Amino acid sequence: MIAELGHFALALALVLALAQTILPLLGAELRNGRMMATAAPLALGQCLALASAFLCLMYAYAINDTTVANVVQNSHSAKPMLYKITGTWGNHEGSLILWVMILGICGAAVSTFGRDLPTALRARVLGVLGLISVGFLAFTIRTSNPFQRIWPPAPDGQGLNPILQDIGLAMHPPLLYLGYVGYAVTFAFAIAALIEGRVDAAWGRWVRPWSLAAWSFLTLGIALGSWWAYYELGWGGYWFWDPVENASLLPWLIGTALLHSAIVVEKREALKTWTILLAIIAFGMSLLGTFLVRSGVLNSVHSFANDPERGLFILGLLMFYLAGAFLLFAFRARAMIPTGIFAPVSREGAIVLNNLLVCCITAVVFVGTLWPLFADALFGTKVSVGPPFFNSASFPLVVPLLLAMAAGPLMPWKRAQFMPVVMKLWWVAVIGFAAFFVALLASGQKVLPAVGFAFAAWVIGAAFADIADRTALFRTNLGNAWNRAKGLPRAAWGAAIAHAGIGITAAGIAGMGLAQERLASLAPGQSTTLAGYEWRLEEVRDEVGPNWTARRATITLLRDGAVVRVMRPARRFFPLARQNTTEVAIHTNLIADLYAVIGEEDAASGRAVIRLHYNFLAPWIWLGAGIMALGGGLSLADRRVRVSAPNRATARATTGPRPA
Amino acid sequence: MTPLSRRLLLAAPFAAAALGGAGFYTALQRQRTGAYNPRGVPSALIGQAPPAFDLPPVPESGVEPFAAADLRGLGQPALVNFWASWCVPCVIEHPQLMALSRQGVPVFGIAYKDKPADSLTFLRRHGNPFRRLAQDVPGRVAIDWGVYGVPESYLLDAQGIIRWRYAGPITPEVLEQDLRILLARHAA
Amino acid sequence: MRRALILLLLLLAPLSALALSSPADMLPDPAQEERARALGREIRCMVCQNQSIEDSEVGLARDLRLLVRERIAAGASDAEVKSFLHARYGDFVLLRPPFAWNTLILWATPVLALLGGFGLIWLSRRKAVQPTPPAPLTAEEQRRLAELERVGGGTQA
Repeated sequence: MIAELGHFALALALVLALAQTILPLLGAELRNGRMMATAAPLALGQCLALASAFLCLMYAYAINDTTVANVVQNSHSAKPMLYKITGTWGNHEGSLILWVMILGICGAAVSTFGRDLPTALRARVLGVLGLISVGFLAFTIRTSNPFQRIWPPAPDGQGLNPILQDIGLAMHPPLLYLGYVGYAVTFAFAIAALIEGRVDAAWGRWVRPWSLAAWSFLTLGIALGSWWAYYELGWGGYWFWDPVENASLLPWLIGTALLHSAIVVEKREALKTWTILLAIIAFGMSLLGTFLVRSGVLNSVHSFANDPERGLFILGLLMFYLAGAFLLFAFRARAMIPTGIFAPVSREGAIVLNNLLVCCITAVVFVGTLWPLFADALFGTKVSVGPPFFNSASFPLVVPLLLAMAAGPLMPWKRAQFMPVVMKLWWVAVIGFAAFFVALLASGQKVLPAVGFAFAAWVIGAAFADIADRTALFRTNLGNAWNRAKGLPRAAWGAAIAHAGIGITAAGIAGMGLAQERLASLAPGQSTTLAGYEWRLEEVRDEVGPNWTARRATITLLRDGAVVRVMRPARRFFPLARQNTTEVAIHTNLIADLYAVIGEEDAASGRAVIRLHYNFLAPWIWLGAGIMALGGGLSLADRRVRVSAPNRATARATTGPRPA
Repeated sequence: MTPLSRRLLLAAPFAAAALGGAGFYTALQRQRTGAYNPRGVPSALIGQAPPAFDLPPVPESGVEPFAAADLRGLGQPALVNFWASWCVPCVIEHPQLMALSRQGVPVFGIAYKDKPADSLTFLRRHGNPFRRLAQDVPGRVAIDWGVYGVPESYLLDAQGIIRWRYAGPITPEVLEQDLRILLARHAA
Repeated sequence: MRRALILLLLLLAPLSALALSSPADMLPDPAQEERARALGREIRCMVCQNQSIEDSEVGLARDLRLLVRERIAAGASDAEVKSFLHARYGDFVLLRPPFAWNTLILWATPVLALLGGFGLIWLSRRKAVQPTPPAPLTAEEQRRLAELERVGGGTQA
């Protein structure tokens, strides 16, 4: 019954989405206020219907309803409740529902918070969002209905993939989807602007927060996925340039470019055509990721079933939205007339450089990811494009990007000069060089990590220099600077913090270049040393969990004879799934991760293989990502975002002048 | 910039997307027909003679072992099959190997990383399709052949040149649709 | 992503323990071991499809790791070890695609993208300097203009 209700809610959502597409778009064309006014309630209704469908599916998972095929294939009664619930979106069908539901929520958010938007613009944005919903709901209902019943009911579910039973991995897709779908909103704004033939500062003020929010969520989602790989797979790796990882990186990169160019639209009314194009491509990249992950055209193995039938449908959707948008772009983009003119050396110029380099990195990732497909079709050869390619091809582009991102925020709009920027940054450069030489000496002449540290210091230092410059920290007394700091727009803080986050991640990556590793075969009581610590294997014993058994080692970590920590890595065995997983033990002090994995045991000698890692600055990789997202969030909380353009004057008038 | 070139520039994203879409469509179609398999990897040894090797017998099997020289100039196409008793798909494949051997196709078996006793039990239970049988316990000869999993089969022509490699079990479909045609083609 | 990769591995080889390589596999000379590791990261584990042999615990990956170490201990250069594996497993085994005529576009991507980007910027800046005159009014707009001029103003409906 509940499943049928869910199915019905899906169908209802499709009908509402269809209405949400036709009525507002038509209404905006005909300038019919009543038709346009239907957009908001329809979007809310669609959101409710989708949420109901999602909850119905979640309920089926929670009670382990074995008459629902999707539950049978992907769940099991022995799963802990938390993973039964998160398992709702741990499969192709369920994740699609989550995707569309988030789209519904975004539509509802635009309709609720977008009251200040010009009526026609809001109607068009909601109409385009409705159109996206229509496509994906049709796809879900036609090829991937999660509410399909089976009869007779299966005795129990089949899906008990132990690797998926992890909270980090469970939260990874929702965050990613919040990012992907956020770009659906900026896409809708771009399409609405193309239809209207108008892009202005007010438009930029709307697109920037949405692209910021999408970017922040995507940053968190990618970081969470990378962190999961780090602690779950037991290899100490954090980024593998796997096609599926790249598929999430592509929209992130374009989103980064969009974030910056939208600022130029908002502040300077320039780069309009370009920003529209980026907004289209950002969503296109999200869709491309969906296509690559679910169609199986690439040599990446993932849990979603590879079905060419579904692939064809998604390709159809991708082409409909992307090619359709580009077609509109080809005809309508000429109407965007930039009014802001700027010199090559200026804040705008720096942002153009940022866009150029970020787009080049995107091109490298894009071409590298798709190359095997291309080479097979064109040359009939099977090639691999792996981490060595991506690292060496993107490195020469990342270097100038990191160099430039320090200078950009210190440049004034319109026209800038090099000398003042040099004057503000020379001491940061000195710190960067110092970091390079210190790292070089301390690491025993490892050049690449030292370069990484230099750039990390440069980027973090420049973010600080930016704030110092804006608060006149070095030119006035501290109290004065403090007052200025309080008055600084949150967007300025957000930008500096996000930039510093990049530097912190860079430091983490550089630090991982100095990671140490030791493989040892130890009998209980024996110990080995790594990175100044003594690691003593105390014992290895059996352990029993709800749906697994394990061999858990106890390793005492000592420094100068004193116990620092007891680590308990384990190897779990899931009898139902007949799978093993590694449970890594990580002890972190924020400077380094001490990471222990237990391997095979030799029954005869009683020895166990233990792999130990000393991952210098590893936590900074994800810490930096968190700080980036924090910067994004802070930027979102800026007054300019909360008080949107048309209401600004009235808001001022009613509340009176405020000390800014 | 002339209005025309600007117009062309603005149409470029559409052209790129259309081209990309056509490309992906072809890839999907080829994937459907089996012409493109993202996981399939061609052998680097096609068109070459097998690498040099000389492997020991599976003890007590009563079947002669073989070396690279034994694959030269058989005068008829032959199949070299890497298998193991611990490999589940090998069980699926076995009836097809039996059928081939009954039809007189020389099937050369190499037991890959298998315990001899287990290999023997497997053959006693499922029958022995192998004209010659050798064992590769360290798996080094398999690496020389470019084997990356079992079962894996190589078709040699009458002169002993490798013409075809199949990674995975030879199912009845593979036998009928691919292998038969290849055997006929290289019969001389 | 990786989860499924592991899944596949486990499907291929159920019940095989997630083994770690044994310390005995490592080369006694740390410099050689370091070389072997760097080299191993450029060699694809054929079974797992998206991992290097250094990151994989499949039996074949371990065999190849040992093979790489044996060759290095025997004094082979990195290029020799690579070409040894390339002769057996083809292009697919190399995670860094070799420079060749058919990988030219791949390796030239950064340069091509940069050149294209600079070209685009150059084109658009040239346009920015010479603003295009507004498009001539259409017949419809002409009529509306005449009307506007006749009425001289209006109020919102």
